[in-house]
Amino acid sequence: MKRIKTLTEKTLKNTVVKGGCGECQTSCQSACKTSCTVGNQSCENK
Amino acid sequence: MVHQYKNNGYNIVLDVCSGSVHVVDELVYDMIEFYQDKLNEGQKTEAVRSEVIAYIQQKHGNTYSIEDISDAASDIEELMEAGQLFTEDVYRDIIMDFKKRKTVVKALCLHIAHDCNLACQYCFADEGEYHGQKRELMSLEVGKKALDFLIENSGNRVNLEVDFFGGEPLMNFDVVKELVAYGRMREKEANKNFRFTLTTNGVLLNDEVMEFCNKEISNVVLSLDGRKEINDMMRPTRNGHGSYDVIVPKFQRFVESRGDKSYYVRGTFTRHNLDFTEDFKHMADLGFKEISIEPVVSPDECEYAIRQEDLPVIFEEYDKLAQDIIRRHKEGKPVTFFHYMLDLNGGPCVYKRLSGCGSGTEYLAVTPTGQLYPCHQFVGQEEFLLGDVYNGINRTDIVDEFKLCNVYAKDKCKDCFARFYCSGGCAANSYQFHGSITDAYDIGCELQRKRIECAIMIKAALADEED
Repeated sequence: MKRIKTLTEKTLKNTVVKGGCGECQTSCQSACKTSCTVGNQSCENK
Repeated sequence: MVHQYKNNGYNIVLDVCSGSVHVVDELVYDMIEFYQDKLNEGQKTEAVRSEVIAYIQQKHGNTYSIEDISDAASDIEELMEAGQLFTEDVYRDIIMDFKKRKTVVKALCLHIAHDCNLACQYCFADEGEYHGQKRELMSLEVGKKALDFLIENSGNRVNLEVDFFGGEPLMNFDVVKELVAYGRMREKEANKNFRFTLTTNGVLLNDEVMEFCNKEISNVVLSLDGRKEINDMMRPTRNGHGSYDVIVPKFQRFVESRGDKSYYVRGTFTRHNLDFTEDFKHMADLGFKEISIEPVVSPDECEYAIRQEDLPVIFEEYDKLAQDIIRRHKEGKPVTFFHYMLDLNGGPCVYKRLSGCGSGTEYLAVTPTGQLYPCHQFVGQEEFLLGDVYNGINRTDIVDEFKLCNVYAKDKCKDCFARFYCSGGCAANSYQFHGSITDAYDIGCELQRKRIECAIMIKAALADEED
């Protein structure tokens, strides 16, 4: 595609299948403590 | 739903429900906007395609040939078929079911000290007094009971998180050490893995503390607001002196000794330093590589509170900060800004993204006397007292309320492009400003959306560099 560059390789829908294990870090335990930021957390269910 | 915006010379298209990010040229940018409008009106794709050529020719004259427009339309439709553009939100039911499940506790914010040796002006914890609670330290006995409570209520979860928080946790360092030893002993028999973290203002940091933390504490959060005059204005000692000169050399030594263990130097910005990029640069120039700067959350009547009218200036500042991040990366000296961290290919699953931060269910705060609250921000608000570590939770009605708190329970989140990144925002902030945990703190939302736009733009710029 000469006019479109896609930066993502997979979609959120893919994560429905094996997601939800809950082993990942609680967002407020990282560095914020005042704003809820989950988009930057890592998945532990590789 | 598609969110499109221009930033730093990039035309960015975020397909909200698939999480796909596309960087496009002017032609495709305008075409996608047209497709979105028409699809929202209920038109079929074929019908939109037949109209798009005329629309582009009217808007751009002869800049693009019919062949160019047709090719671009084919590409757009290919992405639609691949589930990467105009994707429907199909997650509502699965998240509702997910949230109804039996929850377990996996993280505690342990208020090891309701006391502090600084007197920060914006402190949400009232220097450790938390809405009139007594200044006191957690006993070893209460701390052990809290870890027992966590293990007993964690079901099959292996990774358990405990944050030593305050007030200032190093005012009770002996108990911190003993609790880590207790946790290490209990994790083996219980088949758990404790991850300890600690948030400190740095005043009591010494060699012993650093050595201990480098061995046992997986992440330390070091509080510093940036430039000396900014830090000292808001973070004085209790006798009115600045804290910068005391803490900065200690933080530098600590970070130097951390090895591959994680840390964040974390600041707060207020109305007094809306030019907080200067504080970011200052901290980066001090040698810190992992930095977070959070907007203060305070009622409007505080003179340092962020107000609606400050937003345009803050947005510009976030743009500047993003450009500084790109510059440092290009120079081979990358620095991480917490809110611009984004893993476009390996981030959290959709359950995590939509089901909220876990406060009141998976994540609880424990006071020095062992009381349980939904999170550190609710401590001291009696109407949110859930129970204690001795008898467990007796206000299951409050837990149920938190359990169903997710983006689909919040009107403001339903159509927001950022809902997959903030998970519905902070329940405590929502309660503080609107008296309900299912509302949203509006200024916080505006800032969050801007940060996400910047974070994605940085990805586009770095991808550009790789090409």
